[in-house]
Amino acid sequence: GILHGHEKLPELQSGNCSVLNCRIILEINMASGQQWVLVEMVQAFYEAPAYHLILEGILILWIIRLLFSKTYKLHETYKLTEKEKEDLIEEWQPEPLAPPVSKDHLHLNYDLVTGPPSHKIILNGKECINFASFNFLGLLDHERVKEKALASLKKYGVGTCGPRGFYGTFDVHLELESRLAKFMKAEEAIIYSYGFATIASAIPAYSKRGDIIFVDEAACFSIQKGLQASRSFIKYFKHNDMDDLERLLKEQELEDQKNPRKARVIRKFIVVEGLYINTADICPLPELVNLKYKYKVRIFLEESMSFGVLGEHGRGVTEHYGVNIDDIDLISANMENAVASVGGFCCGRSFVIDHQRLSGQGYCFSASLPPMLAAAAIEALNIMEEDPDIFTVLREKCKHVYKALQGTTGLKLVGEPFAPALHLQLERSSGSRDSDMQLLRTIVDYCLERHVALTLARYLEKEERFLPPPSIRVVVTIKQEKEDIQRAVSCIKEAASVILK
Amino acid sequence: MTESPATKPADGDVCQRVKNGLNLEKNGVLKSLHRCHEQQPKHHCQPEEEEDFVPLYQDFENFYTRNLYMRIRDNWNRPICSVPGAKVDLMERTSRDYNWTFEYTGRVVLDVINLGSYNYLGFAENTGPCADSAAEITMKYGVGVASTRQEIGNLDRHEELEKLVAKFLGVESAMVFGMGFATNSMNIPALTGKGCLILSDELNHASLVLGARLSGSTIRVFKHNNMQSLEKLLRDAIVHGQPRTHRPWKKILIVVEGIYSMEGSIVRLPEVIDLKKRYRAYLYLDEAHSIGALGSRGRGVVDYFGLDPCDVDVLMGTFTKSFGAAGGYIAGKWELIEYLRSHSHSAVYATSMSPPVVEQIITSMKCIMGEDGTTIGCDRVRKLAENTVYFRRRLREMGFIIYGNEDSPVVPMMLYMPAKIGAFGREMLKRNIGVVVVGFPATPIIESRARFCISAAHTKEMLDRALSVISEVGDLLQLKYSRRRIQPSLSLPCDDIVFEDIDD
Repeated sequence: GILHGHEKLPELQSGNCSVLNCRIILEINMASGQQWVLVEMVQAFYEAPAYHLILEGILILWIIRLLFSKTYKLHETYKLTEKEKEDLIEEWQPEPLAPPVSKDHLHLNYDLVTGPPSHKIILNGKECINFASFNFLGLLDHERVKEKALASLKKYGVGTCGPRGFYGTFDVHLELESRLAKFMKAEEAIIYSYGFATIASAIPAYSKRGDIIFVDEAACFSIQKGLQASRSFIKYFKHNDMDDLERLLKEQELEDQKNPRKARVIRKFIVVEGLYINTADICPLPELVNLKYKYKVRIFLEESMSFGVLGEHGRGVTEHYGVNIDDIDLISANMENAVASVGGFCCGRSFVIDHQRLSGQGYCFSASLPPMLAAAAIEALNIMEEDPDIFTVLREKCKHVYKALQGTTGLKLVGEPFAPALHLQLERSSGSRDSDMQLLRTIVDYCLERHVALTLARYLEKEERFLPPPSIRVVVTIKQEKEDIQRAVSCIKEAASVILK
Repeated sequence: MTESPATKPADGDVCQRVKNGLNLEKNGVLKSLHRCHEQQPKHHCQPEEEEDFVPLYQDFENFYTRNLYMRIRDNWNRPICSVPGAKVDLMERTSRDYNWTFEYTGRVVLDVINLGSYNYLGFAENTGPCADSAAEITMKYGVGVASTRQEIGNLDRHEELEKLVAKFLGVESAMVFGMGFATNSMNIPALTGKGCLILSDELNHASLVLGARLSGSTIRVFKHNNMQSLEKLLRDAIVHGQPRTHRPWKKILIVVEGIYSMEGSIVRLPEVIDLKKRYRAYLYLDEAHSIGALGSRGRGVVDYFGLDPCDVDVLMGTFTKSFGAAGGYIAGKWELIEYLRSHSHSAVYATSMSPPVVEQIITSMKCIMGEDGTTIGCDRVRKLAENTVYFRRRLREMGFIIYGNEDSPVVPMMLYMPAKIGAFGREMLKRNIGVVVVGFPATPIIESRARFCISAAHTKEMLDRALSVISEVGDLLQLKYSRRRIQPSLSLPCDDIVFEDIDD
């Protein structure tokens, strides 16, 4: 307002000189800054353009309205009295902490193993041949592995009493990490003390809120937990369907072109398994690598079932297909299957793996792997490196079992011929999952009577995203002789024909 | 300021004084700019073939790592090559490029007093009944199991261990898991879900936070050990119900820890149980550090307060700390454990515990309970309590500021300034004492601390030597911040009541 007055003043001087002169005299006499400002304002008021006055008028009216309107509360506009609060607290009844479980719930009664869980296993009091543990290379009761573990126990004791950061790093851990890296021909490896926690801690270390992950539908539960912990956008593509994945990637590319600035910071990952534990088939790795370079996404490969199984030297799916290991950003596997120890590892380039040492939750906040288990894993690696023929032998046995189990009445075999952990599903489902499971359980019990140990594949029905159909797990290990396989196969066929007629 | 690589400027022109926190960010940014021109090893740069890919790490995310953590990195991940007992052998390592890479000289630093490992009752040993029985089982059962509990990995040893754990704690039933961290992160989602409320303490461990997040319940945080804050949250939750819909909550679960590992404070269990009963909530007690370490019989924080273990709905703990093994357990009522047997993620998808580890726990637990016929367990529990009281009292007399409860064997000593973290760790190692120093992000950046874990295996001589060294380093680094004057008590270390006015 004052500025207006100043601007307009020169124009006035010619016309209303006398008025102005009187005014100036008045102000000088008053010698009060406020009078001067008031006069200027009044002048400005007369001289201001119309739109300005209207705008100011509306603003003033709006302020007056706001001042006199009722106060606006975001929360409840009512207040409870103390008595009402007490009543509510009295009335509230929580649900029981654990809902009651029926006594014959299928998952409740565990099969009891007395004695070592090796090739000849004593299950529920009967000695059986083991077709159910993931003991692919037969290292569970290998003498050399046990000796090394014993030697380590005599040197270090059992536990590590601390996480890796606080005096829980043993020279055995460092040795195992370098041996794994050398074996897989990667730059660096990192060890976890629990197989489930490996991929479940690795995924959230890299992928945060806002990033995008493309996952296969048949991914195992630990991958699903890792995805949930990462809070990223998850996009599922149909199992082993590269066209579906390409469609999703193309859609994402279009999104990126619309918003290039955002696209420059959103990371994209593909998570697949080498050999899927739920469907026993293999992922098409060369096509995935092509998609990686075409659409600029990173690949995380979970190799729990294929480490120590596929490939000429047991290095897994990358060796099986002849893919360069540097093309895969992260390979994660657990050491609980072929390596017959406990724990898991991730390997890849140092640039990628080193990050997990500070941000892998299962690594930083958890006690490290007991040194005797690490020593057992090192010895298992020694055995794998010394004798690469065992992988060929294992694959032969897998093919043999695959062929032998074809044509079982009522059951269909699911999986690849070279996969060691196959699934036997019902050809015709009865409609309800519970009765299917009961039927399969009867087959398993029948085989147990005849000294063949099998097991149902277990899932958490309510938690799995894409629940696989009920099935019996058949595991091929290197310790099974021809007679054992013959006996097991005939037993299963007999059971199927008797129970599923 | 002691001589250390951290004070030597890495770049020629820009002088980094990490102590001067005011100019930290500016110097760090300048250093990052200079790094392009300097011949710094390019450790954190992306390889060339990935130029078109979205960068895997954002620059600002690992700003702290590159500039602060790297300089004092040699205080952590120190590799050892012996039993993590009261004395330990460290592998000596040096760095020629300011901690970016380490080399092992091949020498071993022998007999470093170990104040860092969680070895409260001294069961980390390679001789004795525990090691012998574990050795026997290794040769008999092997090391791995290669299957889950629900399939074919349920050994008879697991069932025996579970019965023993239930007996030890005084509850109906228990279940064991292979990893302590995973026990929390896989079982809290099985107990609560959408429509439930979890009230968790401010300073809960990462595994509890992860488990709460994965469950999908609403999480509300109350101030550390503050019962008024907890009561207010409980009342508001029951009265107002779920946000927006105001439906009543399905269940309310209060998650607390027995001993908080960074504070050394013990939970106010009687008050929490009172609140829980009045408002009909459920209590989940994580006794990772307190089982075996507190209480006159070593049964944990419930025993320490003399309460009934049946009042706590879910008792959880780990075997890593006081039992010298690995793994975790959950114990409680029979219905709860049956539910977990069928619905826990770990029972269905994760490999069961390794047999020698199970054996170690069985033997050490029997030892603590006195069932092996000796009083070793009892003696160790008492020794730990004595050591704790003595150590804490001496530190306080010297003038250090200690956090935590008087009886907790976790003793955090305040350093406050981030720069003193590196100095303290290195000076102690020079004098052959291994300590754990903690800084950001485990604690607030200006509340850095050194954390001592007292063990029953520490003799009085070891503790005295450690205390004299701590005093020496404390004078050197000016760590004796406390302004309270405490009379050095004339009583023997086993008396835990100090009367200052008795002088005869």
